[in-house]
Amino acid sequence: MAQTDNMLEIINLEKRYKTGDLALSNVTISVPKGEVIALIGPSGAGKSTLIRCVNRLIDPTAGQIILNGEDITKLGGRSLRRARRKMGMIFQEYALVERLSVMENVLSGRLGYVGFWASLMRKYPQSDIDEAFRLLSRVGIDHFADKRADALSGGQRQRVGIARALIQDPDIMLVDEPTASLDPKTARQIMRLIIELAQENNVAAIINIHDVALAKMFVSRIIGLQLGEIVFDGTPDDLDEDMLTTIYGEEDWEATIQKVEDEDEEEI
Amino acid sequence: MAKDTIPKRTWSMPPLIKNPTIRWIVIIAIIAYAIMAFFTIKNGINPVRIKQGWPRTVRLITNFVQPDFFTRIKDIRIGVLESITMTVVSTFVGVILAIPFSLGAARNIAPRPVYLFSRTFIILSRTFPEIVVALLFVVMVGFGPLAGAITLMLATIGFIAKLMAEDIEDIDESQVEAIKATGASWPQMVVYSIIPQVLPRFIGLTAYRLDINFRQSAILGIVGAGGIGAVLKTSMSRYDFDTTGAILAIIIAIVLVLELISGYIRKRVQ
Repeated sequence: MAQTDNMLEIINLEKRYKTGDLALSNVTISVPKGEVIALIGPSGAGKSTLIRCVNRLIDPTAGQIILNGEDITKLGGRSLRRARRKMGMIFQEYALVERLSVMENVLSGRLGYVGFWASLMRKYPQSDIDEAFRLLSRVGIDHFADKRADALSGGQRQRVGIARALIQDPDIMLVDEPTASLDPKTARQIMRLIIELAQENNVAAIINIHDVALAKMFVSRIIGLQLGEIVFDGTPDDLDEDMLTTIYGEEDWEATIQKVEDEDEEEI
Repeated sequence: MAKDTIPKRTWSMPPLIKNPTIRWIVIIAIIAYAIMAFFTIKNGINPVRIKQGWPRTVRLITNFVQPDFFTRIKDIRIGVLESITMTVVSTFVGVILAIPFSLGAARNIAPRPVYLFSRTFIILSRTFPEIVVALLFVVMVGFGPLAGAITLMLATIGFIAKLMAEDIEDIDESQVEAIKATGASWPQMVVYSIIPQVLPRFIGLTAYRLDINFRQSAILGIVGAGGIGAVLKTSMSRYDFDTTGAILAIIIAIVLVLELISGYIRKRVQ
């Protein structure tokens, strides 16, 4: 059943927490190379749990996750770290190491590739440093390279987070509520940047997102999660009022369904 | 107009202990204890002995204000140097040895057995006062600064490891998660996500411990564990209170300088 041309296959994934709560059940998703998916659903639906199961920050209790033909749920130690290198993660609260510089934060995306001493002494290969500067200038903050991460604004921090994920040279980006801590305008800029970079680098992405309108604006495939189960998997156009009610419950969805006007923007 | 419709309600701060019976029992018990304690002391005060001790007290104070730095300058110099050596060596070695214990005693990153071992070690090293531990080491390695240095080193490990472990338990986990997600190994995770978060406190505590260790080194000499304390004790038993005054002045001066330095360092790193 599992097609081999899909880069990532999540098959019958289940996560039951020690408390007995079933966070995910029977989740099956196929992700072709380079496809960007928005994962929507109410708080507590299991969106964060799902993407953390993919890179094993959380261990699923059943099911398989096949990345490039390799079952990640079976890996441990060195082979798990090797698999994680191929998955870049972007976080809601940016999760930058606050007291390190922007450059150190970006280069930390290469930790899976460099040895301990090299990383301790910050002796990264020149190719990594070149790539870090290229990414920083691509996300528009190369002039901040030596600033400390905690000196940046929210939008700037998330740009560092994006650069850190991309320098891993990932096959997929796992993106957990990238815009939830940002103002509406910055949120759109960051969303657009993530989508553009995914396309430029032919990297797939699973993006957890609260904002349904934003999701519909930027992606071509949306998956709806409710109480740990997939209740929708389709295009933004298929996501109608009834479907939103199924996912989130009864509410007036008129405004959400209308096409959101894209506004002009200047960088940063 | 709303004035008439809203009924008057009073408010006062809720008492610390809700149950009034228990509250009054606690208050009365504290007062009764204080009164009884006072009468116990009163019975122990012996006017005759105070009168006998008075001339000694006067001599002690008059000698203190005219400290004699020179009669025993050689002993004082050796004592001070010994104390400083003990302080620096014990702080340096202790702080380095405290690092693995700090990591081991942090519940959020250490495996259970390592955690229990590290916590047990820390509790043991903090249970006994330095002076008791020093007595043991004087027996084991003989009189002199080695016994004192080992004592202070152990105390330093317990002190730094306990406070650092607590700091590590309070770190922002999302930074750890982010570094793990890059495929970093455990040591890389420590270097990139834990150390940056706890380094300022580590430096601050080290500076603080340096200053504690010097003060302790002055006490340890009294039980024969080397340092300025030994010289201090000798001068006291010889009733050389002018020398005692000089030694105390030197200790105060060094402690003040150390405190200024450690205060400055802590302020800079925060």
